[in-house]
Amino acid sequence: MAEKRIRVLVAKPGLDGHDRGAKVIARSLRDAGMEVIYTGLRQTPEQIVAAAIQEDVDVVAMSLLSGAHNHLFPKVVELLKEKNAEDILVLGGGVIPEADIPFLKERGIAEIFTPGTPTGKVVKFIRDKIGEKV
Amino acid sequence: MELVQRARQGDRRALARLITLVENEAPEAVEALQELYLFTGKAQVIGITGPPGSGKSTLTDKLVKELRKEKKKVAVIAVDPTSPFTGGAILGDRIRMSDLNLDEDVYIRSMGTRGSLGGLSAATSAATKVLDACDFDYVFIETVGVGQSEVDIVKAADTTIVVMVPGLGDDIQAIKAGILEIGDFFVVNKADRDGANRVALELRMMLDLNEQKLVWQPPVLMSVANQNQGIAEIVAGIKDHFTYLKESGELAIKRRERLEKELLEIVSKKIYRQIADKVQREGKLKQYLDSLMKKETDPYTLVKVILQDVIKT
Amino acid sequence: MLEKEKWQELSKAKENWEKGTVEKALSKFKERQEEFNTGSGIPIARLCTPLDAQKLDYENDLGFPGEYPFTRGVQPTMYRGRFWTMRQYAGFATAEESNKRYKYLLEQGQTGLSVAFDLPTQIGYDSDTPIAQGEIGKVGVAIDSLADMEVLFNGIPLDKVSTSMTINASAAILLAMYIAVAEKQGVSTEQLRGTIQNDILKEYSARGTYIFPPTPSMRLITNVFEFCAENVPKWNTISISGYHIREAGSTAVQEVAFTLADGIAYVEAAIKAGMDVDDFAGRLSFFFNAHNDLFEEAAKFRAARKVWAKIMKERFGAKNPRSWKLRFHTQTAGSTLTAQQPDNNIVRVAIQTLAAVLGGTQSLHTNSRDEALALPSEDSVRIALRTQQIVAYESGVGETIDPLAGSYYVENLTTEIEKRVWAYIEKIDALGGAVKAIEQGYIQKEIADSSYAYQKAMEAGQRIVVGLNKFQMEEQPVKGLLRVDPAVGEAQVKRLQELKKSRDNAAVQNKLADLRQAAQGETNLMPYILAAVRLYATEGEICNVLRDVFGEYRPVEIL
Repeated sequence: MAEKRIRVLVAKPGLDGHDRGAKVIARSLRDAGMEVIYTGLRQTPEQIVAAAIQEDVDVVAMSLLSGAHNHLFPKVVELLKEKNAEDILVLGGGVIPEADIPFLKERGIAEIFTPGTPTGKVVKFIRDKIGEKV
Repeated sequence: MELVQRARQGDRRALARLITLVENEAPEAVEALQELYLFTGKAQVIGITGPPGSGKSTLTDKLVKELRKEKKKVAVIAVDPTSPFTGGAILGDRIRMSDLNLDEDVYIRSMGTRGSLGGLSAATSAATKVLDACDFDYVFIETVGVGQSEVDIVKAADTTIVVMVPGLGDDIQAIKAGILEIGDFFVVNKADRDGANRVALELRMMLDLNEQKLVWQPPVLMSVANQNQGIAEIVAGIKDHFTYLKESGELAIKRRERLEKELLEIVSKKIYRQIADKVQREGKLKQYLDSLMKKETDPYTLVKVILQDVIKT
Repeated sequence: MLEKEKWQELSKAKENWEKGTVEKALSKFKERQEEFNTGSGIPIARLCTPLDAQKLDYENDLGFPGEYPFTRGVQPTMYRGRFWTMRQYAGFATAEESNKRYKYLLEQGQTGLSVAFDLPTQIGYDSDTPIAQGEIGKVGVAIDSLADMEVLFNGIPLDKVSTSMTINASAAILLAMYIAVAEKQGVSTEQLRGTIQNDILKEYSARGTYIFPPTPSMRLITNVFEFCAENVPKWNTISISGYHIREAGSTAVQEVAFTLADGIAYVEAAIKAGMDVDDFAGRLSFFFNAHNDLFEEAAKFRAARKVWAKIMKERFGAKNPRSWKLRFHTQTAGSTLTAQQPDNNIVRVAIQTLAAVLGGTQSLHTNSRDEALALPSEDSVRIALRTQQIVAYESGVGETIDPLAGSYYVENLTTEIEKRVWAYIEKIDALGGAVKAIEQGYIQKEIADSSYAYQKAMEAGQRIVVGLNKFQMEEQPVKGLLRVDPAVGEAQVKRLQELKKSRDNAAVQNKLADLRQAAQGETNLMPYILAAVRLYATEGEICNVLRDVFGEYRPVEIL
């Protein structure tokens, strides 16, 4: 059998233009042996979900620093569910207050990685969750 | 296979999973490809190759949009290099096609080369078949574009478009690097830049010098993809080429050649697997390697031994 | 003793010190690292001596404050005359709430306003568009029309207060609204003082709030230069920014180099549009980052002034000395502040403030301790303002001009940064200038590479961030963070809908049609934008007309 690779969609939902974190995460995941599809800026939840499904990703990782996470992150989870893709792991990162994390987790975001999280932690989380792949 | 049926009925998730299966060479992949084979052969497979910075993705985006005006179903496989050190990849071509994300009849898939050196991944052909069998009229394959080793694309595509761009500094080099032979079309993109006409001229000259008097004279077209210029002409050319291929019998010849290569590849892969598995299973590998290291025997003798062993069983 | 002999003697003495005294100390314990380098990769010597400043020519390299090449400062008396403007970037939720915050800050001793707009406003979308959902009022104030702008500046005398507006792609529109509000206050354009950021190139390479492609964007920018040269003479028409480039992960050297390269592109565009360089250059301003490395930062500002002065005088042949001056606003580095142990950020900001002041900034925003968590609470922003006030009134660093000058180390750094900046500018020139460099993804890649290297260095423990990868502790979540009420969004949408009913829609459509025609031609768009704004055309409506005519920018994404 050929090697399997964990496939991750790194996405920037909404109007936020700060992509330093998304780009660093993308590189880190690549360095950890994963295939990373980066969506670029200004993605609507619909666009993110369409890409996630076509690319058959294992993970959708969204980065957002504009405060719109409570609106946009759950929307993505909702749409994935509508398209029968709720098995895709959804993660979030950026400027997200601790107080919002329980709400987001309740809405189906598996984990939120706040500023200062070492990239290794994100890699490990994904590997642990996705299981026996690389 | 249920997944195959759903994919053929337009379920995009099922289609995506199928491609993953063939990419990973999962056991079910063979079954899926068996079922799908009957439905392949309708799509025109178009390869897009060219150096980084030539605007391949933008060009592909525009070509797809042009074809969508005719309501054609279009798929794009975008290949990017896998890191030889980490095995990971950043697959970034999709960004330039983000307008198309929400179009149900456009399907874009990003693939890493995963160790293959010819500009495509080993699984690209298989993925192309899946898309062909799922009623896409056109399948674009965008290669990595390192320029020197774009050999795979000829095997996988019916029509190969080579994208050039002025000002990369080594235009002549690029032309020399074997791509003259593989292009059915040459497109000078970013033609609003200085030097565009010169590149086109050089290409035409070198194509004229080509001894092999071809029936199909590869046209040299100009485009400014990000301003949507030259796109209609390229699409027209793509269709002309397909017509030519069919009418001249070239298509049948090409596909037959492709099938021959594939068949032999599948056979040799299968044989290799069986032998490798056997050697592993019987735990003889260590033994063989030890004796080689001690110079008790040589690889060629060993091969005879292994094969005799296999043929017996 | 001959000069040469003196240097040789000193050199020998230093060698003796290294081979003797230092070696002895090293045999007891090594230095903390194999190598010491600044964030830009400039080697940091154990000790700098007059040997390192041998080639320094005081008059040509440093000169005097207020005189070419301005290395030591752009004003002759610097902070002995006036302290830098204390200008805290603020804005969130509705115009009313932001207006309240502005009044609070002015009361607390802030000396200029700085407006933060929300993302829909920055990207030219009205609050009632689908894409604005969830984003209204979150990172700044929502301004859909002149009506909101009137509320924003209610009770704030625009003839007395200078205002900086962080708006780029739609800067011309917000400037028009500001002018219209001033008109209603009876303040003429000649009296207005302030700045619009208006720097689209860094949006493409580092910040992301672009709308139109480069060519029409440059047109809008040069239209503003022209319009203000004639009508709003005290206005800073652009704030050419390096802050965001640094925040996106670049080094100090890259920050200066890419900013000045962008500056060169703007000057060239304005000259191409037919202006004389001295007509507009005096009103160009800059915006830099104040990062952690105190000396590298101070040296960076000095180097930037020197390089820009030379560019304006020699490359562009500007004759008026005002055209040679690099005047700048600074913001302390947001990305250095941690979510962990947020009070530590107060200390970081204090050091960064020192860097900016020792570097001779004209105006300063200090970040609040809760920067990594939310927009600043009232308490947090007050402490940030106090930081500036303490440095100004208590530390003494403003009592003399450019006190770090003559430090062997700082002069060495200044020279080294200058050298590396010139190398980058040459490289970018070779690529065809900043616009081409961005089109090719060159600048974006440099930034992303530096950013990744920084992250790796941090994770490898080579860069220590206190509280993050060293001296960590268990913490309770921070209380009292500012939250924008989601109801703000709904209220704004409602207000907008009412506005659209109550205004003279036919007249608005007329003005928009005029604008469309003007945009299709070559004329200066400011008067047309003003005309539309006065009748309460919304920002989104104006931008949509321009989007139609100009198209939208498609980014080049380089990871």
